[in-house]
Amino acid sequence: MDSFLLLSTAAKIGFALAIIFSFAPVLIWAERRQSAMMQDRVGPVRANIKLFGINITLFGLLHPLADALKLIFKEDFVPPKADKFLHALAPIISLVPAISVFAVIPFGDVFYPELWNQHFSMDLVGPATRGTPLQIASLNVGILFIFGIAGTGVVGAAIAGYSSNNKYSLLGGIRAAGQMVSYEVTLGMSLVGCFMVYDSLLLEDMVHWQMAHMWGVMAQPIAFFVFFTAAIAETKRIPFDVPEGESEIVGGYFTEYSGMKFGMFFMGEFVEVVTSSAILITLFFGGYHMPFLNAGGWDFSFQAFGHVYLENAQIALQHWGVTLIEVVTWVLKLSLMIWFQLMIRWSLPRFRYDQIMALCWKVLLPLSLLNILITGLVIIWNNS
Amino acid sequence: MERIEEELEDESALELPTEPMRLNMGPSHPAMHGTIRMVLDLDGEIIKDVDIQPGYLHRGFEKSCERGTWAQVYPYADRLNYVSPMLNNVGFSLAVEKLIGITVPERCAYYRVILGELARIADHLTCNGAGAMELGAFTPFLWFLKVRDWIWDILERETGARMTHSFGRIGGMAKPPTETLKQDVLDILPQVEKVLLEAEGMLLRNRIFIDRTQGIGILKKDLAIEMGVTGAMLRSTGVDYDVRKAHPYSLYERFDFEVPIGHDGDNYDRFLVRTEEMRQSMRILEQAVAQMPDDGPINVEDVRIMMPPKDQVYNTIEGTIAHFKLVMEGLKPPVGEVYSYTEAGNGDMGFYIVSDGSGTPYRVRCRPPCFINLAICRDMLLDEMIADIVPTFGSVNMIGGECDR
Repeated sequence: MDSFLLLSTAAKIGFALAIIFSFAPVLIWAERRQSAMMQDRVGPVRANIKLFGINITLFGLLHPLADALKLIFKEDFVPPKADKFLHALAPIISLVPAISVFAVIPFGDVFYPELWNQHFSMDLVGPATRGTPLQIASLNVGILFIFGIAGTGVVGAAIAGYSSNNKYSLLGGIRAAGQMVSYEVTLGMSLVGCFMVYDSLLLEDMVHWQMAHMWGVMAQPIAFFVFFTAAIAETKRIPFDVPEGESEIVGGYFTEYSGMKFGMFFMGEFVEVVTSSAILITLFFGGYHMPFLNAGGWDFSFQAFGHVYLENAQIALQHWGVTLIEVVTWVLKLSLMIWFQLMIRWSLPRFRYDQIMALCWKVLLPLSLLNILITGLVIIWNNS
Repeated sequence: MERIEEELEDESALELPTEPMRLNMGPSHPAMHGTIRMVLDLDGEIIKDVDIQPGYLHRGFEKSCERGTWAQVYPYADRLNYVSPMLNNVGFSLAVEKLIGITVPERCAYYRVILGELARIADHLTCNGAGAMELGAFTPFLWFLKVRDWIWDILERETGARMTHSFGRIGGMAKPPTETLKQDVLDILPQVEKVLLEAEGMLLRNRIFIDRTQGIGILKKDLAIEMGVTGAMLRSTGVDYDVRKAHPYSLYERFDFEVPIGHDGDNYDRFLVRTEEMRQSMRILEQAVAQMPDDGPINVEDVRIMMPPKDQVYNTIEGTIAHFKLVMEGLKPPVGEVYSYTEAGNGDMGFYIVSDGSGTPYRVRCRPPCFINLAICRDMLLDEMIADIVPTFGSVNMIGGECDR
């Protein structure tokens, strides 16, 4: 392993972690402030740091910080009859997979540090030019890695419910296990149509296909709808938050957690929102793709009705500029997707457990199977 | 009080032996508003048996009333149904007035109607909002509370307190209406209607909400009548009974309003009945504001019942004596007993009072509507799921203070 690979990978991991760990607190703030706006309240604005006699509140942005401090210093209570080992393990199991999913998400195209100030084209790339894909790990199993890792998240919730020695926790754990395993199936099935269209399991290939043709949400609208619903169910948020349904089973599987262990569950939920949004934009909204932007810069020309319009409307950009725009685009799309998920969270009531299961097995799963059938027929028709 | 039921089914011989899980919900459970204990026997998520145990908020209301004067009952009455205390105030006033045999001036009756209907709207807003919140819809709940705050602003301007007003008096009210009352009420009604429509848009057109409420917690009409259920719960089963219409009191016969009734007696119908009752209350408010005279006496002018005005107390010997007698001995209703009932926030709120002719009540018995409504809860909950307990229980609108007294 040479130093270039090591350095670039370290930088990319740093970027991904920075995104996750800065988005999660901002998300907590955004959720509270946005819900306050929707509900005609003020929301959190009190937390402040007194500096030279001035109270700095930053629109309530200090609240996540205060929350984190509180959680760290709080007593870590473990129920006397709990299974101590599993009780401590559960929050780790539910947080770590949520973060590791980020490893395969591409947030930019291949970057060639040597060509950073050139107008990029493939001709410049020689055999000795070192490039690094803006993606922590380009695994050949691609999306399957996401399913495999995200699927372990359910174990955390289930053993949290089991190990707490509390009936409410147990009910929450059972609900979480049942719900997440069921929606895992739908999640996978809904994407089979995408694999068929994109003709690859690699996430970067999927983005390239979308750049060349169209965004996935137009090519696979049913898959988008099903996947989006299932993804919200996987993050266990309203309307799918029965595992923690606070009005009936107190806090569900994390009833008996306090301090930073609770904090990890809490953060795990928000990290899951970030990762599920990242997967969604990668699969269905072109990932880091910005319309009219290609490797050499802006190109506004487009073809319609047999004419080429705006033929000369090109703005050349250097390689670093294009890459920067791509990464910024990706972050913006991510923020928009997260914002949309927050809106849903505060608008809908909660399903009942059996209704969630009925929705999964009787509506979403048949729908995704139908989608596979339709996609297959269209591909055959196109090829013949 | 806890029962153990062992069920033996033939089919279970083929499966692993299972037994119901006993789950103790409450008395301090985040969702049990009011302090109620429910002992559940669960088969998975399905409720096989439930034992509802009220009484954790018992403060001895009825016994406490036998210590002071008749007027000193009001603070206790406030704390019965603390979501709509004004209705209890009016209810108790009417009971004692019936015992004495007086009627309050017309202006006072209108004033009571206005404050009472505002309290009723606040009560239904709380119940429906909490019902939505228990289903996870937090936003409409806070919208409802916002409106409730507007109503409480009016009540605060009138009475000086947001919740525990202690504003009723035997033979009148503590203070005459403020000059801005009519305008305040007229100003607020369109805004209330607007928020109601907004919240309905969020809930009643929402598939999840409909699925969660329709056909859940069904109360049969016959059973409801048999058990003496009253209020919105009774009307949701299709019985057209409202004390305000059936046995009008306090000039309710003069108002033109409908009694909304449901059909199925499920949570959805109870939600709709309460929503419509708020609209009807607003209609009553509009009429009451239009009909209420701007001046005239608010209290009965009998110094044995109502305190004389302050300038008389300070400047005349008769006034001083009357004030002294009322404060030291209290007013003395004739010997006798009376049952008087009004339509309170969640049903037929009755006061059975006995007087031995002294200044202290001999007995004040309150018929709490939600205690009787709660008694039927078990039948509504059996064979439903855990998630349905709290919404169903919420739609009963059990108020701990009134139920346990």
